This record gives sequence, C-alpha cells and structure tokens, in this order.
Amino acid sequence: MSEHQQHIQLAEESLAKQSTTLNLGPTHPATHGVFQNIMEIDGEKVLSTEPTIGYIHRAFEKIAERRPYYQVTPLTDRLNYCSAPINNMGWHMTIEKLLNIKTPKRVDYMRVIIMELARIADHLICNSVVAVDTGALTGFTYVFQWRELIYEIYEEICGSRLTTNIGRVGGFERNFTPVCWQKIDKFMKGFPKVMREFEALLNRNRIFMERCLGAGPISAERALNYSMTGPNLRAAGVDYDVRVAHPYSSYEDFDFKIPVGTTGDVYDRYMVRNDEIWESYSIIEQALDKIAKLEQADPSQKDVFYAPESDHYHFPAKEDVYTKMEALIYHFKMVMGEINVPPGEIYHAVEGANGELGYYLISDGGRTPYRLHFRRPCFIYYQAYPEIVGGGLLSDAIITLSSLNVIAGELDA
Amino acid sequence: MALTNEQIQQKLTDKFGDVITEWNESYGMLAFRVATEQNLKVLQYLFDTEGFQFLTDLTAVHYPDRKGEELCVVYHLHNLLDNIRLRMKVYVPIEKPDVYTATKVFSGANWMERETYDNFGVNFVGHPNLTRILNVEEMDYFPLRKEYQMEDPTRTDKDDEMFGRGGSIM
Repeated sequence: MSEHQQHIQLAEESLAKQSTTLNLGPTHPATHGVFQNIMEIDGEKVLSTEPTIGYIHRAFEKIAERRPYYQVTPLTDRLNYCSAPINNMGWHMTIEKLLNIKTPKRVDYMRVIIMELARIADHLICNSVVAVDTGALTGFTYVFQWRELIYEIYEEICGSRLTTNIGRVGGFERNFTPVCWQKIDKFMKGFPKVMREFEALLNRNRIFMERCLGAGPISAERALNYSMTGPNLRAAGVDYDVRVAHPYSSYEDFDFKIPVGTTGDVYDRYMVRNDEIWESYSIIEQALDKIAKLEQADPSQKDVFYAPESDHYHFPAKEDVYTKMEALIYHFKMVMGEINVPPGEIYHAVEGANGELGYYLISDGGRTPYRLHFRRPCFIYYQAYPEIVGGGLLSDAIITLSSLNVIAGELDA
Repeated sequence: MALTNEQIQQKLTDKFGDVITEWNESYGMLAFRVATEQNLKVLQYLFDTEGFQFLTDLTAVHYPDRKGEELCVVYHLHNLLDNIRLRMKVYVPIEKPDVYTATKVFSGANWMERETYDNFGVNFVGHPNLTRILNVEEMDYFPLRKEYQMEDPTRTDKDDEMFGRGGSIM
C-alpha cells in the first residue's frame, strides 16, 4: 500500500530514513509514570533516545518559598511517593539541623523503623515491577499484600497511606499506638517467609536471569560521573551510602552491610535491592531490640516521641490546646508559621530509596524558606538513560527503565 | 590521612590566591566563592587533584538586593574517598548571567544546569543542549527568580509581610 493512494504526503527524508522513530510514552504502560522517550530504533536495536520530562512538574521549589516550614512537609511526600516517609523525615532532620535540635534515641530508632519499612516497600515495588516487565506477574501481586501492611503501619502512625506527612520537627505527632507495634510485629514475623518465596521465584529463575543479565549496564566510573546514587550506583560497584558516609538518625548504632554489584546491569540492580531489603529488615529488628532495651532500662522512655527542646516547633496535644492557654498560644503561633528560625544555609542528605535525597535550604530568618532545592536522585540519574540503553535492545530498554526505578514525582518535582 | 576543611582551604589559597574569597564554614561544610570566569579551573583542580569527583548538586539562588551579582550558582561537591563535602559559589549579574558549563567535567551536570537555566535563566556557556527541561518551552520568564509576589496579587488581605519579608518586593 503506497502513501500516495491514501493521499498522505510524507517528507522526503522520512521516506529515505532507514531507522524508525518510536514514541514511547508519555503514558505508555511500560514507562510506569508520565514521561516520554522518543527513540530511534533500527529493528529492535535502540540507536538513540531523547527523554522528555516535566509532565508532572508542580513547581515545588517555588511553592516552598511561600509556605511555613511545616507546610513544606506535604510537598516532600509527593517527590518519591513510593517511600514518602523517608522524604518527610529527611526534611524534618534538615530543619532540626538548622535549629540545632538533638532528638532522643527512641525517636531516632522509631524513625529508623519507619524509614526502613519505607525502603522495603519501595524496593519491593521496584523489584516486582522489573519482574512484571520481564513477564512474571505473580511476584508483583504477592508482595503487594506486604506493601499494604506497611501502608497500614503508616496509617496507624499518621492517618494516611501514600502521601504520609509523617512525623514532625523533633519527632512524631503522637506516640506509636499498641496496634501499630502489633502490626510491625506481624510484619516482622510474616515477611521473611514471603520474601524467601519471592526470591525463590526470581533470583535463580533461568528465564528471569537470561532476560536481565547484561541488560542496561553502566560502569562505576560513568555512574559516578553521572552523579548516580543509591542502589543504581551500588549495583555498579561503588559502596556509597549516605547512611554510612554521613550517618543521621543514629544509623551509626546499627550493624548492616551495603550490598554492591559489579556490572551495574538490570540483574545487579535487582540483586542489590533484594539484599537491601534483607539489610533493612535486620535494621528494623535491631531498632526494635534497641527500643525494647531503652524501655527496659527506663520505663518513662515509653512516652518519649519527640525532642523536649523542640517544644516551640512541635504542636501541643489537642486536648491541651482546648484547655490550656499556653498550649493554645503555641498552637496558634505555629499554625501562623510564627516560629524563630535562625538565618543559615544548610545541606542535609538522607539515603532515599533511590539514592541521595538532599535538601539545600537557605533561611533568611523569615517564616518561609528563602530558597529550597531538592536534590532528587531520580532526576539526576535518569539523564544517564540514553547512554545506558543506547546500542541495546528495545526490550532491554524497557526493563532498564523499570530497574532504574524512575519515579515521575521525584523526577519532575 | 583524611582531608580536612583547613587543608582544602590552605591548598586552594596556595593555588588560586584571591580568586577564591568569602570563606566560611557553616554547619560543618566548607563554602567559598570563586571568581565567575575561574569556576571551571577550580572545578577541574578539585576533580583532578583533591578527589572531588562527585557533583552532588548544582542549583542557583536569586538575591535581588546584591546589585551586579544577583544570581548565585551553587555547586555541592563530594570527595567520596575522604568523605568530605564542600560548597562552591559563583555570582553573576542578572543582565549577563554567563557561567562556564561543568558538563565537560561532570556528565551529571547536564540536566542540573538545564534545570538551573529553566528556573533562573543562568546561561551556561558551552552547554551541549541548554533548553528548558521541566517547564514548557514557550515560557518566556524564569519562575524561580524573586521577581514575583509570593502571594496571589489579586488578594488584598495578604502580602509578602505575611511571610516575614516586610512588604512587597517590587
């Protein structure tokens, strides 16, 4: 069938061209988010890729400039929405660093539990989605139940699931409830068995391995030059982890390994995430143990859920607000953003599920940040995508995209 | 022996003299200002000699009150072996915001510079593809510059004073 019969006029260079232009996205099921790749392909081989991003850009950095500090927390939720608690805690810790607040050990350990649960949830999604893209749907539906349980734990603490707004400056808004501890316990008891089954399904599965080995590799040198962080950098063989390099929230008290890969391909990224889930599990175990010891040594520790010196930044209990003058005043002042923040310039980073999540905050002493910049790991490592998939197969490009774990919210801010 | 802030400051002073000014160390991070046209030389020196081979972050800040040097480009560098970070700043006038691109040294600077251009209009000289990245291409202003009122201008009950910034900025 010729184009002329259909009265379609194609440009001369388009007819002469030997390669095909393929528009992958913006809402393609294989992209797991709203971003587009305009690929030039020759048969199944990817010649070049031009990523277009910014479809869900919501100008968070601009909005943050007109919001009191506590109102910035919900913005951080919407960066990496698969592990929102890590973003929230990172932001609280940035303000705490600025205000020079030292949080009690129990708060640190509670935060560690939540952050590691979030990391497990994020890695579970990423790994099971890699499996889905290779054609194995079972693992995905299976581990989703356990992600659901993690979300129920968030719900017990802060009342919401996906965009959590969890915790406050100096600690948490309320103590963990007994139901919350029970749910954490249920997770700790049931999860290893499920995880082992998930591993049995994929780790040494020949179809999965042959599909992933050698797909989308990147060398350690290139990964560093691209400022990649997190599991993607570690899969290339660099053992950089913010939790170890610049410990926050008492991570120095924990004993854990940093899994690294060698080739930086899809399989290595999968395995690094897989091992990190186990490390996170062990960190939570240790944290639960440490909290139990703290409480055993001093039963009054059971009521510690925020730093006492953060009283002026931490909302008083609701019943106090309704009955006590002072609590009402503090509550009102905080809602109006009328808190004393010293001028200063600060960079604080946490190990997000995808890598180094940094907050560059400039305060001029005003009620709102003068400037706030989020160092979003996704945004920075996604620019390596054309180089990683160039010369490979189209189907490898698809699984590379899911194994890089590009989250549109974090990518576009 | 691990590198310390003092050693870096000493080495940079010996090498570059008064190209580098405004030393300070807030919250444990060494920060300094580099003369605008020397930014690449300092970056290259830090990369080759001092092991700052990881560009953590690159962004800009707008200070409307600093006449002649309104835009500040901020680099966060990391030496992974000695595990030390530093912050390097370059100031440029808003009428001619030209800064040499760091893409030759760090591939990762590519999108970070595009984002900075997108939001602040900093012109990175030599950048391979300096186009908007997050905002729409038709946009003809730079949204993160402090040229816009923080509150909705149609509202009469609120102005920038509500944000602790004393009156309107215009």
